[in-house]
Amino acid sequence: MKFVDEYRDPEAITKASEEIKRLADPNRHYRIMEVCGGHTHAIYRFGLKDLLPENIELIHGPGCPVCVLPMGRIDDGLAIAQNPDVIFAAFGDMMRVPGTQGSPLEHKARGMDVRIVYSPSDALKLAQTNPDKHVMFFAIGFETTAPSTALTLVRAKNQAVHNFSVFCNHVTVIPAIRAIVDSPDMRLDGFIGPGHVSTVIGCSPYEWIAADAHKPVAVSGFEPLDILQSMVMVLRQLRAQEARIENQYTRVVTWEGNRAALRVMEETFELRPTFEWRGLGFIPESALRIRDSYAEWDAEQRFEVPGVRVTDPKAAQCGEVLKGVLKPHQCKLFAKECTPEHPIGALMVSSEGSCAAYFNYEHRKTATLTSIASMA
Amino acid sequence: MTDSAAEPSAVNALPPLRFRDPQIEMAHGAGGKASRRLVEGLFAPLLFPSSSEPLADAALLDFNGTRIAITTDSFVVKPLHFPGGSIGELAVNGTVNDLAVSGARAEAMVVTFVLEAGLPTPVLEGEVRAMGNAARRAGVRIAGGDTKVVEHGKADFMYITTTGIGRPLPGLTVDARSVRAGDKILLSGPIGDHGITILLARGDLDLEADLRSDTRSVLPLVEVMAKAAGPGIRWMRDPTRGGVATSLNELARDCRLGISITEEAIPIHDAVRGACELLGLDPLHIANEGQFLAVVAPEYADAARNALNLCTGGEDAKIIGEVRDGSAGVVVVTTSYGGSRIVDMLVGDPLPRIC
Repeated sequence: MKFVDEYRDPEAITKASEEIKRLADPNRHYRIMEVCGGHTHAIYRFGLKDLLPENIELIHGPGCPVCVLPMGRIDDGLAIAQNPDVIFAAFGDMMRVPGTQGSPLEHKARGMDVRIVYSPSDALKLAQTNPDKHVMFFAIGFETTAPSTALTLVRAKNQAVHNFSVFCNHVTVIPAIRAIVDSPDMRLDGFIGPGHVSTVIGCSPYEWIAADAHKPVAVSGFEPLDILQSMVMVLRQLRAQEARIENQYTRVVTWEGNRAALRVMEETFELRPTFEWRGLGFIPESALRIRDSYAEWDAEQRFEVPGVRVTDPKAAQCGEVLKGVLKPHQCKLFAKECTPEHPIGALMVSSEGSCAAYFNYEHRKTATLTSIASMA
Repeated sequence: MTDSAAEPSAVNALPPLRFRDPQIEMAHGAGGKASRRLVEGLFAPLLFPSSSEPLADAALLDFNGTRIAITTDSFVVKPLHFPGGSIGELAVNGTVNDLAVSGARAEAMVVTFVLEAGLPTPVLEGEVRAMGNAARRAGVRIAGGDTKVVEHGKADFMYITTTGIGRPLPGLTVDARSVRAGDKILLSGPIGDHGITILLARGDLDLEADLRSDTRSVLPLVEVMAKAAGPGIRWMRDPTRGGVATSLNELARDCRLGISITEEAIPIHDAVRGACELLGLDPLHIANEGQFLAVVAPEYADAARNALNLCTGGEDAKIIGEVRDGSAGVVVVTTSYGGSRIVDMLVGDPLPRIC
């Protein structure tokens, strides 16, 4: 399969892994954050940790849009959809994410009209084929998915589709990275930069990380070889005591990003003064709202929104895990009260969340290996 | 309605049920963790509390020395027709296969139709013909049936339930508890064709692929394998809902051993792999309707695979891994470059990831 197999080639992967071992100083401990949930998922799915020396520690970043969405936003969206004339449309990613009264799927089981769509334009189509209903698209994602929501808003306006709205939860990646870099307990050596987000925003928005925080960044693709090559880039810079932004994912990411996508986002969205992130708290100018010129298609302006705020259970240590202070399995609730089937904390809800990825692919493996090792 | 003064019934005297989910969700029918919780936590303790056998695809009953295998399965697939098959064919093959992987040849079957008012007769006729043909191909007699009609809009056109009885194949014992470390895991052919075909046939995705459901009777392959390696066959399962990952996790739990499989050894069509990559699905969780997994003693493993490879429809059968001591109850996938990961049972329905 083109664009996949060449990045999973065992020989090339083994070479990259050996290069990493050669570059890593055995007397040093490295803490490298992969910002994007897609990378976290890939690292666990392909078992890449097995290929890295033990002194390279991977810290899983905040780049999982489902995980960082506060529960109150889900409650707000579902509250609007309690109206029997409203169809709640969202990506499959959202369907199992719990609100206080259950997930969208559980609401569907109780009779709510909940539909899985594969793109915002499918939700718009749904509105056009159901003229007697109102279709509300519950939009999530970073700059990766925001342009397709933006384009759909433009289309809804141009085609005068009046029974369609967007409940906008789009967030932006840079303020989240800044919050982590500025956090006093942050001890990171470098970043594997988000790949899909960077196809839209390009590489230049990361320049301050090198210039101000003096940390290397390698914008990376999602296949095993991509991630290992990015690791090589970061280690080379660390070895040379440099801090630059490098682009490993040149087959899709350009330095200046996708201008058309940025333009349509600019046309439809503006920054919110502040927005709450699950596990990280309120971060100024970190999320997008729909501009007043598109108010008719903004579910938050069109409907009564309860504005629910739900604090995460105190025992869940999502914030510490997000910032890399704790490993997923070091949280008190991990695999006990908090599992992918019954997630309590943010990072267990999506398969891209570090806790869910760790739970699904890793934790019983290490548990068993440890117990075997202790028997020997 | 309740009478607190009444004697507690035998059922009420049982310990409280382990099934605590407040309502039934789609996940309880998806064949993964939630399904298992429902069966083990509610059905089994109330309906067959005395049984200590691991849950299997069919029950083996002994009537004064005459052994009979029995199983039942309902089919609610949407759309009714899809490339490579339809609900009628699936309803026959599914039950034949549940018996086959329990080590039995399907002999007879009864059928229940739940039909929706307004179902066009030609659609029903088409499915009944498909059932007749599939039954003839599988050599099973359809011995009776029942029909119910529900209001329009209550049953997605039609549901079919088939209940089959079978005669155990001589010299074949299928029991997870007989599985030993060192045994080999055999897979009959490429995975995920059925699940991905259905996903694409629903038309919600603007994706097209040259794919067909793998629905078929696996009995001929099971018989060939039994002839070649009968005494070495310990366990079989058809990895339908929940896919290969769920079946192997059930095996790992039931035999209390670890399972290790090699990613590169798993046969899979490029179209399935591509669709899974695009949608963020794991092919090991995708449903199959014409494949089976077998655990075979190491000294019989090559004979079993070679026998399958010589049959039409078994050319792609491969040994994909083995049973291991330690890491009890865990299924691990390894890659050719040395990475490894756990594969768990399916949680809920496989939902595409977009963002």
